[in-house]
Amino acid sequence: MPQQVFKRPRTLSDKPTHFCPGCTHGTAHRLVAEAIDHFGVQEKTIGVACVGCAVFMYDYFNVDVIEAPHGRAPAVATGVKRARPDRIVFTYQGDGDLAAIGTSEIIHTANRGENITVVFVNNTVYGMTGGQMAPTTMLGQQTTTTPYGRDFRTDGYPIRMAEMLATLEGVAYSARVSLHNAKAVLNAKKAIRKAFEMQVNEMGFSLVEVLSACHTNWRVSPLEGQKKVEEEMIPYFPLGVFKERTGKDFL
Amino acid sequence: MKESQLVKGNVALAEAAIQAGCRYYFGYPITPQNDIPEYLSEHLPKQSGVFIQAESEIASINMVMGAAATGARAMTSSSGPGISLMQEAMSYMAGSEIPCLVVNVMRCGPGLGGISPTQGDYFQATRGGGHGDYYNIVLAPASVQEMFDLTMKAFDLADKYRNPAMILADAILGQMKEPAILEPREPVRTSAKPWAITGAADRKPQYLKTLYLSDGEQEAHNLELMRKYDVIRDKEVLCEAKNLEGAELLVVAFGTASRIVKTAMNMAREEGIRIGLIRPITLFPFPSKAILEASEQIPKVLVVEMNTGQMLIDVQVSAHKSAGIFFYGRPGGGVPTPEEVLVEIKRSLHATAGIQASKNSVG
Repeated sequence: MPQQVFKRPRTLSDKPTHFCPGCTHGTAHRLVAEAIDHFGVQEKTIGVACVGCAVFMYDYFNVDVIEAPHGRAPAVATGVKRARPDRIVFTYQGDGDLAAIGTSEIIHTANRGENITVVFVNNTVYGMTGGQMAPTTMLGQQTTTTPYGRDFRTDGYPIRMAEMLATLEGVAYSARVSLHNAKAVLNAKKAIRKAFEMQVNEMGFSLVEVLSACHTNWRVSPLEGQKKVEEEMIPYFPLGVFKERTGKDFL
Repeated sequence: MKESQLVKGNVALAEAAIQAGCRYYFGYPITPQNDIPEYLSEHLPKQSGVFIQAESEIASINMVMGAAATGARAMTSSSGPGISLMQEAMSYMAGSEIPCLVVNVMRCGPGLGGISPTQGDYFQATRGGGHGDYYNIVLAPASVQEMFDLTMKAFDLADKYRNPAMILADAILGQMKEPAILEPREPVRTSAKPWAITGAADRKPQYLKTLYLSDGEQEAHNLELMRKYDVIRDKEVLCEAKNLEGAELLVVAFGTASRIVKTAMNMAREEGIRIGLIRPITLFPFPSKAILEASEQIPKVLVVEMNTGQMLIDVQVSAHKSAGIFFYGRPGGGVPTPEEVLVEIKRSLHATAGIQASKNSVG
């Protein structure tokens, strides 16, 4: 008998995504679904959708989902988790959502050490609204609102969220990964699984920043997009684990 | 039956929330409502409840949304500027039909304003307040007892209609002490919430959302909401009607203003002037029918508010077309005295019939 060696995770629906061809949101979705499957928690997982390309997560994840206002997913997730501490709660947010309009909510949710998991996709632009500047946009990068390239004198600098959040005592795990090649995807898989493991073990707040290409809004091919992630993003947004709590070592 | 006790309005409200089964409070400090979070921070943990002081009113109301989405009764409380910050999430909750209680112990505005009593947030409360086509269920207590009773009622209405409910109070109602019986009038009932987001264990995954992009989807959703609001308008109106029979003038006032009006009515009666009162208890749904019927019989209507004329608009829309409508209001923390209201009562009675006076007689 032929044996199936590769299949769609249970937690991932078979609905074709609306993401642009070649977009790595689909890969990130799959890694999250695999982590949920790994811990066998699909039936008790609640997702919180953000505003942006990832808003349709209720179409792609076979879990209960609530849609949060722009940037507020960590606060909504706090309410869900406090009311149902036995559930696995995660947000999936983009960089405009988490690192611009939602900075207050992400910082304080992390600082309270809420036992939730945040998947943060950084692709340096507002994807859904057509490629405007994000707080993570690279210096010199052209976007529809930085037609002359991002200039630190007017727009400040790309913000490094994973490092910043790692400084907070409430954070159990903070890491940055990428999806630009197969090896990177395998590392990302480990990190996302680790982040959910932290929640399962009630260690506190966990976040994985996932570097992703938005080749549509970058106006490049998918392959060129992955190259830009490797050659331009990673030098500024280094990959790695910035915080990993090993015990319930609360102060 | 419990004995009545001397208690602050804010405390009566907070105690009502606990007795109504609310175990989740999220809030941010602001005067004049701080007694509510202070009371709940002490008493909710004793009931295995959760109290979180959030980083902002924006976070507070979104935490309320998250907790309420799981089917739990959840609430927040604030005042003017904080309530403004909550409008975004309240719009989402109205859209995704998540029930909750929001308490607004009003302070003056616009802007930071002052902390003295006002009714300046009537429009914000009764017109939805945030973006989009929706309403909150709005209850306006006029006593410490009603701070308790209407809070219990608000949780029921919110659950029944899957809609945000709001208590619209002010600094007087929040801060003053009055005797009140802190016991439910009816046994507390909570209903099943099959729509709640609890994890897809024995059913298909479900979601709460407000984004509708396909052709006609959003319109269909808004029409569904409209039908719901029509049912609320039809079934849930509450108002107090007093001395309408044979009255020469109908006064319409809510909350604290209605208390002052009642004193002025007694003073008027001693002078042989017969005044009727309609006190809206629900501001949405508004007691339009009661005002229409009363104003068919009573040709003159005086609206008294602690603002520059907000409920006035609803009275103008509701009252019989033949009624002469007059207004007296003191905004920005000015509390009318019964003597001032009596002067306005007489002025309205002596004015030429049919004048749609909106003159503000702040003196």
